[in-house]
Amino acid sequence: MSGGPSLFDAAPPASSEGAWSVADVTRQARRLVEAGFTRLWVQGEVSGIKAYRSGHWYFTLRDAQAQVRCVMWRTDNQRLPGPPDDGAQVFVEARPTVWEERGEFRLTVKELLPTAAGGPWQLQFERAKAALQKDGLLDAARKRPLPPFPERIAFVTSLDGAAFRDVASVLERRWPGVELWVVPTRVQGDGAEREICWALTLVNRLPDVDVVIVGRGGGSREDLWVFNSERVARAVAALRVPSVSAVGHETDVTLTDLVADVRAATPSAAAEAVVPDRSEARDRLQAVARRMARGLAGRASLGRERLERTGDRLQAAVVAQMERRAARLERLGLQLDALSPLRVLGRGYAVARDADNRILKRVAQFPPGLRFRLTVSDGDVGARAGGGDA
Amino acid sequence: MSRSKPSFRTELDRLEAIVRELEDADLDLDRALELFQEGVTRLKTARSMLQDSELTVKRVLEAADGTIRASDVDA
Repeated sequence: MSGGPSLFDAAPPASSEGAWSVADVTRQARRLVEAGFTRLWVQGEVSGIKAYRSGHWYFTLRDAQAQVRCVMWRTDNQRLPGPPDDGAQVFVEARPTVWEERGEFRLTVKELLPTAAGGPWQLQFERAKAALQKDGLLDAARKRPLPPFPERIAFVTSLDGAAFRDVASVLERRWPGVELWVVPTRVQGDGAEREICWALTLVNRLPDVDVVIVGRGGGSREDLWVFNSERVARAVAALRVPSVSAVGHETDVTLTDLVADVRAATPSAAAEAVVPDRSEARDRLQAVARRMARGLAGRASLGRERLERTGDRLQAAVVAQMERRAARLERLGLQLDALSPLRVLGRGYAVARDADNRILKRVAQFPPGLRFRLTVSDGDVGARAGGGDA
Repeated sequence: MSRSKPSFRTELDRLEAIVRELEDADLDLDRALELFQEGVTRLKTARSMLQDSELTVKRVLEAADGTIRASDVDA
């Protein structure tokens, strides 16, 4: 401590010459107190609250053993809905100081929160959220749509957790033709924040990633807390590709959830959000196949009508030929799922059908003289049952 | 690590373009057949993608020199 007399002189002189002024004492006391404490979290009961017209709040914080005077300036309290009630249990984040003019030890309160609302956890959450909001990171307009058919999915999570297994099994079931690139990281405890931020930065350096999932399975509030870190939230916001957050259970909404493009209630739900379902995709292909066949058939008959009008019979014959091919292609298109039976025919088997196109499978279905069709590998052949044993 | 294999998305996009072209009444018939045949091939490709595919899981690691490696993991 430089300037002014030292508080720790062993034997203060009993003369007016060496005497401290009161102001010196309180100033020095303030310096000592302020240097001796960092900001503190203090829990206590509010009493004697006075909210002055100036907007500043004065009150006492006390517990069973002691009490301390507190002030919360207007600039710090104007974000709060109103002054706490007398008797309320609160957490304050405060800086101890000495009010020089009165020689009074007191706390300058920067933040105040009812303990019922979650205490310092909640306070930190709200503060980080406000900072993200200020930077526009929570704006709905920032949200990007997810790609409809991703091929490479990055997943920032712990390889040991249930989240990884859940996501892998949902992908396996719904849309297995993808690559899941896991960027392993701790998701709770010391160092988790730094590791998750690092993993998210790493994702931005991976090639051809279409979408990112970040998250973990359920846990206690403390376990999930790293996903309320402002640093982690900012790293999620900085992802180059769309992101899906999946932290814990349905009820836990974290800052990561608020920043991600899509919030999924659980890791499994995140996996469902990022890939389509393959049975839906099959239906879509089926619809395409039908439209294709119909389109071609319509095309071919239209061509024939025109040609018949021109009377060009040779051309018409060519078109008819085309039409037959088209009909065959149509069958092919509609029967793609039945490709394996065609392969069976290719090995030398044949399928017998009657005039109504029913498949004939038993001897009893072949009365002597019955006309039927045999489908072999490259087309149909007309046939007649001879009767008796072959 | 470039993406050269056909993707479901490119197949589907192309198929939908083929359908739109086939549904155009002024389309030349030869072209229609050509499109149809391409469509059938692509349908087969797209369907086999849904059928045969298996999930690939990789674990991403960064080496001390900053290079990134993705190694296989059994899901």
